[in-house]
Amino acid sequence: MRSAFFFALAFAGALLGRAEIKIGDPFPVLASVGLTGGSIPATEGKILVVDFWASWCAPCKASFPALGKINTDYASRGVVLVGVSVDEKASAYAAFVKKQAPPFPALHDTAQRLVRLVEVPAMPTTYVIGRDGKVRSIHAGYHGSSTDQILRTELDALLAEKS
Amino acid sequence: MRSRLLLALLLAATALVSGCATTTARVQPWERATLTDYTMRPDRDPLALALAEHVYFSRESAAGGRGVGGSGCGCN
Repeated sequence: MRSAFFFALAFAGALLGRAEIKIGDPFPVLASVGLTGGSIPATEGKILVVDFWASWCAPCKASFPALGKINTDYASRGVVLVGVSVDEKASAYAAFVKKQAPPFPALHDTAQRLVRLVEVPAMPTTYVIGRDGKVRSIHAGYHGSSTDQILRTELDALLAEKS
Repeated sequence: MRSRLLLALLLAATALVSGCATTTARVQPWERATLTDYTMRPDRDPLALALAEHVYFSRESAAGGRGVGGSGCGCN
């Protein structure tokens, strides 16, 4: 009986051993994961939106104009939006950034270090991180105006919170 | 002694099986660049697709058997 208990415990531990970042978890510090492609903006005390994208991902491409508008509308209010490319080919990343010319920092997770730490569930995935550095919401995929509206609502709510 | 041996065996089995429980074996969302390549599309060559379909329904007597309505009697 005792053996069965230990077995069940060990099996449950193996199942729960994934390191996927969830709501409430602290998000890794961007400056410590080796991102390239530009300077990492200061995020301390600010609301952070991290969008994982790839040049081969069609919904990611579709999301860029909306994310650009969100960045334009919220940057002055204390929101930092950062795009993180998970492209394996640096040339594909560079060509995509050149073509899209996003108004927010579009960095490159060259060694896919950050994305492995976070374990994104889909491409794209957007993380909204509070001033305390903890994940407040996760958006897997891009669903057009509905995602855009939800992101704006969440950012407004976070901005309304006392810092 | 016997129960300890059993426990050790169970733990060893768990260690082996836990490899199946993790997601290391599947293609992660950020690793799908090759899968999204144009050459991975089954319909990238319409002529080859038409030929393959012709061979399929001729050999299997299953005209329309790949999603088109009908009985699939092959009597066309």
